[in-house]
Amino acid sequence: MTIPQLEIMLIASVVAVACALPGVFLILRRMAMMSDAISHAILFGIVTAFFIVHDISSPFLILGAALTGVLTVFMVEAIYKTRLVREDAAIGLVFPVLFSIGVIMISRYAGNVHIDTDAVLLGELAFAPFDRFIIGDFDMGPRSLWVMSTILVLNLMFILLFFKELKLSSFDTALAAALGFAPTVLHYSLMTLVSLTAVGAFDAVGSILVVALMIAPPTTAFLLTNRLSVMLWLSALAGIFSAISGYVFAHYFDVNIAGSMATMSGVIFLLTFVFAPERGWLAARRRKYRQRWEFAQKLLAVHVMNHQGRPEAGDECHISTVHLHMNWERDFAERVVKSSRKNGLIELEEEILILTGRGKEVATEAMVDF
Amino acid sequence: MDLLNDIFFDYTLRNVILGAMTLGLVSGALGSFAVLRKQSLLGDAISHAALPGIALAFLFTGSKSTMVLLLGAALAGWIATLLMLNIVRTTRVKEDSALGLVLSVFFGFGLVLLTYLQKIPNAAQAGLEKFLFGQAATILFEDVLVVAVVGVAIGLVTILFWKEFKLISFDPDFGAALGFPVNRLNILLTSLLVVAIVLGLQMVGVVLMSAMIVAPAAAARQWTNNMSVMVWLSAAFGAMAGIAGSVLSSLVPRLPTGPTIVLCVSAIVVLSLFLAPARGLVWDWIRQRRNIRQFHSEAVLIDLYSLAMQHKDLSHAHKAGVLETMNLNRAAVRRNLQILLQNGFVRQLKNDLWSLSESGIQKAQELLRRHEAE
Repeated sequence: MTIPQLEIMLIASVVAVACALPGVFLILRRMAMMSDAISHAILFGIVTAFFIVHDISSPFLILGAALTGVLTVFMVEAIYKTRLVREDAAIGLVFPVLFSIGVIMISRYAGNVHIDTDAVLLGELAFAPFDRFIIGDFDMGPRSLWVMSTILVLNLMFILLFFKELKLSSFDTALAAALGFAPTVLHYSLMTLVSLTAVGAFDAVGSILVVALMIAPPTTAFLLTNRLSVMLWLSALAGIFSAISGYVFAHYFDVNIAGSMATMSGVIFLLTFVFAPERGWLAARRRKYRQRWEFAQKLLAVHVMNHQGRPEAGDECHISTVHLHMNWERDFAERVVKSSRKNGLIELEEEILILTGRGKEVATEAMVDF
Repeated sequence: MDLLNDIFFDYTLRNVILGAMTLGLVSGALGSFAVLRKQSLLGDAISHAALPGIALAFLFTGSKSTMVLLLGAALAGWIATLLMLNIVRTTRVKEDSALGLVLSVFFGFGLVLLTYLQKIPNAAQAGLEKFLFGQAATILFEDVLVVAVVGVAIGLVTILFWKEFKLISFDPDFGAALGFPVNRLNILLTSLLVVAIVLGLQMVGVVLMSAMIVAPAAAARQWTNNMSVMVWLSAAFGAMAGIAGSVLSSLVPRLPTGPTIVLCVSAIVVLSLFLAPARGLVWDWIRQRRNIRQFHSEAVLIDLYSLAMQHKDLSHAHKAGVLETMNLNRAAVRRNLQILLQNGFVRQLKNDLWSLSESGIQKAQELLRRHEAE
């Protein structure tokens, strides 16, 4: 493995973590699509700022472009507040405008701008190691590594300093406001960080894949834990994992790195979605299946308890006719009887079902529950 | 007149205009349902998610015919939608996260496939990038025909299921209670949306297509409360933006068609938000101003009445200066007196003496009664 390859993986990981951390709060605040809007809209800011400073990695460009992201949030909220359109429609109205202006500017002044529309979408992570950050004669490493590390540190500091406030206002905005925390200030600070991160990452992964790195790892983590701090750790891990496996994938198939990272983050989510221990699809299926089964056994126990020792029991609780009275398919009834016997709820006495001691307990308990 | 000449006789321009217009009609009409059903951003997700479908369709068939690619796009968009609905239904992941997730991951995978295709020696894939931002100039008459035929089909289905679509757009629970197959209708309507989005990809591209769904409908919503009017209006807005955008981009060099169409339709939205009767912000503002002014002049009227009550004679005249001392908004008192004078509620005796008229007394009493009732 060569040094540039290591550097790319390092940059990719830093980008992934820097995106995942604010992403956690975006998805908790149900504002995931705001990252989509911001990452599109900053194109306008980047192109405009580029005309002014003529240097794609200048800190002024990054700050200027990040302002566009905040402007997007502001415009969405202003439109939404008129009550003329819903919030989702407001998002869908604002970012295409800014993005369109960005694209038009790029194609009109293509000669003067060293960003083409492909770079907007694809990013140029593969070239990142060639743009060095040099102080005097000393090579400090790839420039984008420095940019993204700075942003990562900013994000980390913000989250560490305002952890309590962020937590409260993400889960209960009204309470946060009532207690005197300023949710609006916090909200706009968070949005500023999201825009800043999106602009910084834009260079490396392109505008739309920022969205993947902001949403996929936190959503994956969301399926695995109930604790905010754990969720932050897990989403950072998922981000790093997407970054590195994405790079390996891209290297192996010789395809776009950013796209592979996004794909990998999706694969990781999909695996979690299916296999997550408590909230996964399989777990949910299994739980549903088990509940259905337990419920059927309880019902049968109650039915037997109602008729046991009475004259009609010979028919109601007879092994060959009980399914008619339970209104079940014959097969199903047989399987329920079988497993109830196995679980020691029911015994057979001359082909008639009777409850065991435990069966009575279960039936009585079920009656109370019902 | 060159432009007119071009519009009718220039093959490319005519196709672009026809295509953009038809596309605007279809996406505008279906966008109305999406916007009313709070699915504005679903269009964004579907259009991004269509990208891998296009690439895979090319990879498997090797064909670049619009029909094949669009079928692939529709399939991918449809799968993405189902995936999204399933994620939301079976886990605690919220709708916005599911949208963003599916959108970006599908799009990322699409980019992977595109870069993979570029590496294949066969150069035939060169045209696939046009689906990113759209490339109206590559539109053939056959493509326009495809859009038109599919558009008519979508229109027919919409008319056929009009009542049902309307019902599930406003009150799906009521629809379910009436025994309509709400789930299947949802899938049908969403599938139509997928088709409409896919039709537009060649023109405006996957990134901006969502604007063609949201914007015409959001604009049309401002002008009417009637569903069928809204759908027609939205279609008309879409078509207008399509025509305007494609003509503009043909007039100005290096003005890409897709983004121009999006800017045109957004301009319609801005106009509608401000100027639409009843809901428009401008009228709202004027109404508010009028209310405030009326409120202020009524305050002066009541002041004058309460002054007069201290005398035996309700039409006792007072100086404007006295009224000014009673009013918080001192500078506006004289202006408000003029308004009251125009309405005939007060009389001006000498240059600065004012008294209530008959109707002014009645009005003041009525206002006071209303205040007390409140």
